[in-house]
Amino acid sequence: MNLFELTVHQILDQIKAGKISASSVLAEVSARAQTLNVKTNAFVRLFPSPEIKAGPCPVPIAIKDNICVKGELTTCGSKILKGFKPPYDAGVVDKIKASGGLILGSANMDEFAFGSSCETSAYGPTRNPWALDRVPGGSSGGSAAAVAAGQALWALGSDTGGSIRQPASFCGVVGLKPTYGRVSRYGLIAFGSSLDQIGPFTKDVTDSALLLNIICGFDERDSTSLNVPVPDYTKALVKDINGLKIGIPQEYFLDGIEPDVAAAVKAAIEVFKKQGAVVKHISLPHTEYAVATYYIVATAEASSNLARFDGVQYGLRAMPPNLRKSPLIDMYEETRARGFGDEAKRRIMLGTYVLSSGYYDAYYLRAQKVRTLIKQDFDKVFSDCDVILSPTSPTTAFRIGEKINDPLAMYLSDIFTIPANMAGIPAISVPCGFDRAGLPIGLQLMAKPFAEETLLRAAYAYEQNTPWHLERAVL
Amino acid sequence: MTTFETVIGLEVHLQLKTQTKIFCACRNEFGHAPNTHVCPVCLGLPGTLPVLNRQVLLDAMKVGLALNCQINDFVKFDRKNYFYPDLPKDYQISQYDFPIAKNGFLDVVSNGNKKRIGITRAHMEEDAGKLIHDAENACSLVDYNRTGTPLVEIVSEPDMRSAEEAYDYLTALKLTLSYLGVSDCDMEKGSLRCDANVSIRPVGQDKLGTKAELKNLNSFSAVKKAIEFEVGRQTGLILSGGSVVQETLLWDEAKGRTLSMRSKEQAHDYRYFPDPDLVPFTLDVAQIDRVKKDLPELPYAKLDRFMTAYKLNQYDAFILVQDPALADFFEACIKIYPDSKKLANWLNGPLMKELNERKKVFAQIKLLPLEMTELVRKVEDGVVSNLVGKDILGIVLSEGKSVESIIQEKGLAQVSDDTVLEKVVDEVLADNLKTVAEIKGGKTGALGFLVGQAMKKMQGKANPKKVNEILTRRLQND
Amino acid sequence: MVSQETVNYIAGLARLHLAGAESEKFAKDLEAILHYVQKLDGLDVSVIKPTSHVLNVENVFRDDVIKPGLSQEQALAFSVENLNGGYKVPKVIE
Repeated sequence: MNLFELTVHQILDQIKAGKISASSVLAEVSARAQTLNVKTNAFVRLFPSPEIKAGPCPVPIAIKDNICVKGELTTCGSKILKGFKPPYDAGVVDKIKASGGLILGSANMDEFAFGSSCETSAYGPTRNPWALDRVPGGSSGGSAAAVAAGQALWALGSDTGGSIRQPASFCGVVGLKPTYGRVSRYGLIAFGSSLDQIGPFTKDVTDSALLLNIICGFDERDSTSLNVPVPDYTKALVKDINGLKIGIPQEYFLDGIEPDVAAAVKAAIEVFKKQGAVVKHISLPHTEYAVATYYIVATAEASSNLARFDGVQYGLRAMPPNLRKSPLIDMYEETRARGFGDEAKRRIMLGTYVLSSGYYDAYYLRAQKVRTLIKQDFDKVFSDCDVILSPTSPTTAFRIGEKINDPLAMYLSDIFTIPANMAGIPAISVPCGFDRAGLPIGLQLMAKPFAEETLLRAAYAYEQNTPWHLERAVL
Repeated sequence: MTTFETVIGLEVHLQLKTQTKIFCACRNEFGHAPNTHVCPVCLGLPGTLPVLNRQVLLDAMKVGLALNCQINDFVKFDRKNYFYPDLPKDYQISQYDFPIAKNGFLDVVSNGNKKRIGITRAHMEEDAGKLIHDAENACSLVDYNRTGTPLVEIVSEPDMRSAEEAYDYLTALKLTLSYLGVSDCDMEKGSLRCDANVSIRPVGQDKLGTKAELKNLNSFSAVKKAIEFEVGRQTGLILSGGSVVQETLLWDEAKGRTLSMRSKEQAHDYRYFPDPDLVPFTLDVAQIDRVKKDLPELPYAKLDRFMTAYKLNQYDAFILVQDPALADFFEACIKIYPDSKKLANWLNGPLMKELNERKKVFAQIKLLPLEMTELVRKVEDGVVSNLVGKDILGIVLSEGKSVESIIQEKGLAQVSDDTVLEKVVDEVLADNLKTVAEIKGGKTGALGFLVGQAMKKMQGKANPKKVNEILTRRLQND
Repeated sequence: MVSQETVNYIAGLARLHLAGAESEKFAKDLEAILHYVQKLDGLDVSVIKPTSHVLNVENVFRDDVIKPGLSQEQALAFSVENLNGGYKVPKVIE
């Protein structure tokens, strides 16, 4: 097996055993990142070869282009951040560097994480390593593709409405969205501040636990990061799930799910049953309102978060050829018109609309209230359930261009992932099979706040009894 | 003819003098080269997040309590969205529906009467940066040093009925705030800023008239002048059949008039919503009570106490309470020298004159209560004259020496020795025969002139009481 | 129906210049999304409290202690344009 096909825990074992060195791993993975990028476009840029420093995890990692790395371009897949090099590291980058992590470069993404296909990037779409004419999912499509293609051993992405789990599902890797507040958002360029969370992309559940161990924890620079102790997540990797109560929400198994996806998820339920898990049918009655709620709350926050990209301090600045309103307003309007892509503009417009005078109560306030109902659904279910199981996405990876002109259809591909963000709960996507076209299918598990250990235990038990995580895309 | 009533409400922004800014650890200080007191957070760089400075919440609570407000037990921050180059995030973190304080009041003495002005609310927010207009290069330059300076905005009810009242409210507000020690309260430096909402309505009408918001009021007198001008403008407009348009007006100090700012044509649609980056704050009663208990005695309470406890008249007490440090000094002195009237005269008279000449406030000089009372005692005991006493005060302040040593060194002690004084009186009588004749003729008022002559001969060091006695005796006996 | 006037007002608030057919296109897109989110109107939320923070975290403070920030040079390193220590912007007319 090639080094780039191994998991991080396998690599670390081999380094420890003296069979390989961190520098040989770096050299091989860097070379692959470089050569395969013409096919996948997983990276928007590769950094100059990082220096190997002491640390427990000296392995190559891809970082989504919305996570600030000091002195390196960080552009959110957008033209508007042209040339922007932050003078600070994100909280997670501090931790990655402290662990000896080797940052290979910035992973591609939908512009400002607005999308489910990685097609809205100003740097062109990323291609799915399993089928290059298909999307890798989004918005963290570059991170997912990089791991699936062996262009990085693991990666960080961000998840606002499914942006880690859906691409993990599409690319056949493990993606985990931690509890809101588990991981510092400092240095994550915000999309929906009350929903955003950084999380790991890995080849298997063990690596997911390892990377969580590195990135979780309190950061005094983020008021919403929780000051609670972080357990050693690798301790949760036990196969015993006897008596684990798994809820199957009826609302997640309706029309519109591709038959192969439904079949794979049903088969997964049987795997859990066989190991002694107790499967229960449950209801999350407000699920159907989650997408609508999300597109109000997330865009409202985004419209405000993205106001700062205005040409005043950094990034792109553009002026129209002739004076329209005033030099200053012209600069604002032209910079933003040229710097943002269509989807970013659409979401800024929607978010501005729902907050504007006369509409706040009807849209934003109402959505905040429905958010409460969605959260209460989960609170109720988790009083008698350890884990909720569902497909990660109703479909497998769709074709590039297939949904790009139908925003609403694109939004609905996040239908199963959005509720976890609305409720702030942790959720994981693990590979659970392939459809008839050979495209990966993802299984989603959700747990109550700060129950990442429960998620990992269930996911690990499933993984160890199935072969899916051993499959690699051939490129 | 219709008579109109003026309705004024003031919005005051107070900069807090905390060590650091409201949401980041940058030094909160002015007067430095542009963009030297900044960090990624106050520059609003992407990915950075605010964390509230504990002291800001405490100071804002003090302001609310000093203005007799209710302190909300649930407090949150909201984003006020608008584009401007001095606002790096293009939104200001402020407070919308759950401010730190609401429903307060301030008692103001205006025109000799006490009037209660309602305080609608006080809330915390971040200050913006500064725009420097560069005419030479036809551009503007932005300096973000001020960005993130903690502000408390104090909004009054529209309770004021004249420019004079607004001025008195502002004066009383500044005085109250200065007691808290949370701000420099200096309008010239911008640590206290004031906008005025002004409207007029026919006397007897309940409904408020259309208001104009006056900005760029950079001094107390500007507030008064701008309101007076604006009331005149609005009255003229209505009497000539026009109507007032709701708008923001800039006060032009040089031209002495308000000017429309129509170029900021964008509607005020600030799209407030709760800032997801900051968590809510809850304040329990015990915590609020603790802050309340630790508040200093406020100026109007002190004024009342000085008048009753020390039998001072309102004028003397009012001057003393203008400066809390001076008021404290007064109380330290009175423990040593119990004549409150004489002390107050010295503090409000000669000491105030010395401070004004030095352009200093009391806190900036060194003067011990022991020295001050020693000086007053020496004058009262006739050791030095009143005039010399004033000189001594100046020397104490300039040279930091003790009263006693100055009197010794400069030989300033008053001469009360009869033989010396008799001799001087002899000389004066001999030199002013004409005046002596006049006095003997019944024009006793001229006695003062002779005393003055004697004092002059003694370079002010003669005991005037003694001189007077001797002169009177000699004139009677001769 | 979302009018073009509304779209232009919103674009003005968001400081986005809409060129050519863009306002028409965004009017259509907004219309479709707003129509979709109307499904929330079917819920009775009159007694429900809004959620703006998903976790019950309160009272997160920082001590009032100075930490070093950026030098002027660092602060202007990423600037589009700067002059005399300030970020240079087009003339602001008041």
